[in-house]
Amino acid sequence: MPIDSNEIKRLKLVSANIRLDVLKTLRKIGYGHLGGSLSIVETLSAIYGKHLRFDPKNPNWSKRDMVVLSKGHAGPALYSTLANFGFFPKEILETLNAGGTILPSHPDRTKTPGVDATTGSLGQGTSVAAGLAYGFRLNKTDQVVYLIVGDGELDEGQCWEAFQFIAHNKLGNCIVFIDVNKKQLDGWTKDIINPFDIAKKMESFGFKVWKVKGDDEGAISNAIEECKAQEWTAVCIVLDTVKGQGVKYFEDYMDNHSVKFNTDENKKAADDAIKNLEAFIAKGGV
Amino acid sequence: MFTIERSKANAELRMAVVSALQDLMKTDDKVVALEADLGGASGWTKIQKTNPDRFINVGIAEANMTGIAAGLSIGGWTPFIHTFAPFATRRAYDQLYLSGAYAHNTVNIYGSDPGFAAGPNGGTHTSFEDIALMREIPFSVICDAADYVQMRWIIKTFSKLKGIHYVRGNRKAVNNIYKEGSEFELGKGNVLRKGKDVLVITAGQLVWDALEAADELKNDIDVEVVDMFTIKPFDFKLLSECLKGKKGVVSFENHSIFGGIGSIISEYLAERAAAIPLKRVGICERFGEVGSQDYLQKAYGLTSADLKAAIRSFANR
Repeated sequence: MPIDSNEIKRLKLVSANIRLDVLKTLRKIGYGHLGGSLSIVETLSAIYGKHLRFDPKNPNWSKRDMVVLSKGHAGPALYSTLANFGFFPKEILETLNAGGTILPSHPDRTKTPGVDATTGSLGQGTSVAAGLAYGFRLNKTDQVVYLIVGDGELDEGQCWEAFQFIAHNKLGNCIVFIDVNKKQLDGWTKDIINPFDIAKKMESFGFKVWKVKGDDEGAISNAIEECKAQEWTAVCIVLDTVKGQGVKYFEDYMDNHSVKFNTDENKKAADDAIKNLEAFIAKGGV
Repeated sequence: MFTIERSKANAELRMAVVSALQDLMKTDDKVVALEADLGGASGWTKIQKTNPDRFINVGIAEANMTGIAAGLSIGGWTPFIHTFAPFATRRAYDQLYLSGAYAHNTVNIYGSDPGFAAGPNGGTHTSFEDIALMREIPFSVICDAADYVQMRWIIKTFSKLKGIHYVRGNRKAVNNIYKEGSEFELGKGNVLRKGKDVLVITAGQLVWDALEAADELKNDIDVEVVDMFTIKPFDFKLLSECLKGKKGVVSFENHSIFGGIGSIISEYLAERAAAIPLKRVGICERFGEVGSQDYLQKAYGLTSADLKAAIRSFANR
């Protein structure tokens, strides 16, 4: 059933909270992977806020769905999401990257409640997700794997090995999200290694593909719903996003893969965005 | 307990792996076998026939296979993967290291045809460094199977453990050392022949050649032979006991002298400033090449004659 307007409003509030906590965390520690974290905020909001089966009080619940953030550098977005959904207190967010923290820059399943896969060496999460989904099939459970891959990450050949495996085995229980924010660390993807038409590539690999605006929680949620209805077909949601999404200044900031808050302009942009998001949340998202 | 019962080769080592996995699948419903399009070479297509649901062929994609195994492990499965030793280790190393070990997942690996066992597949398919690579993975377990009986025991033992476990071994038949029903202990070496003059530490199919060398020298030099089938964790306690009173120690391995048994012993001796000389018989600064296994064993200097020469060098001390 398509999502209704109240649900969309609720998800927009979830997104605002995730985005706020990403900005507050990175502003507090002074640096971090801002661009690729912000581009998947609405996707994480739709997944955790609407579809994922989980229990924050029992993060290792054996019947849970699983999220594999293969683009592990977006860890801050995942951690903000997990904190907002009660896996751990929000105060822990500001320990990001500190010695002894449970929140390393890249997700670690042995350290953080709610993290199902250790990622960071790009491409590797795709195979892990494929193995998880294959195991769910063997177990005859209806558990779902939500696999989030970056468009720059597609440079890694391992992604395509895993996609072939997912498509060949018709693992419709592994929903592949590709965050097409069009940038990688060194610049525009089209200038570094042109990905050409990602949706067409995925189709030619055997996937049924949905193309969705990556800042539209309702459209993402509806696409997920349609993916779940395709049991024996590999499915992929290609997200049209912007690196630094939701904060105009950082969307326009060229080197926004990892941002340092060491200039007055960067500090002010983050502080203004934090104020705006807090005001939006205080008004109930209107 | 193990019993020595030496006999000439009569059963393929790959079939030890296949039969052990088939046995396991009868009693353990979590064991799965993954291949990277070498099912015909490893015999694992036989597992596909007996247990079609638990055999996964990922195609020619070793890194992907390793990651898929890690994912299966998160879901509570016990994955066994096979490919040739260099592809299982060198080619998929970061996947083994991060998706596997660092993430606390379980991946059991059979790396086949190490060293001269690559035979006609040649240098591209040869691994002299698989043990060295695997040693660097924290908490990994490394075995080199001496024969059919030991290989079956190793596979069955791996299935009960969590973590990264690597066993190397020829696919073809190797000579038998142990009697059927022998039991071993992971991390414990086996003294196969007591001797008072020179100590030989070896593993894998070279155990046979080491015993032959010792037999042939028995009128001149009393040689002690240890099958150190668990290379990690290494049985330093046994090493320490066996070194007592010896004129010298020889490491004898179908592997580089860097990073394998020879390195482990030299590290041990150096840390203790032990005044016992070591000779490392193994591969040094060379690539693999093509040829029959017999040809390569000679070309690489890994025959019982090569070992005897190393042992004799200690005789006049």
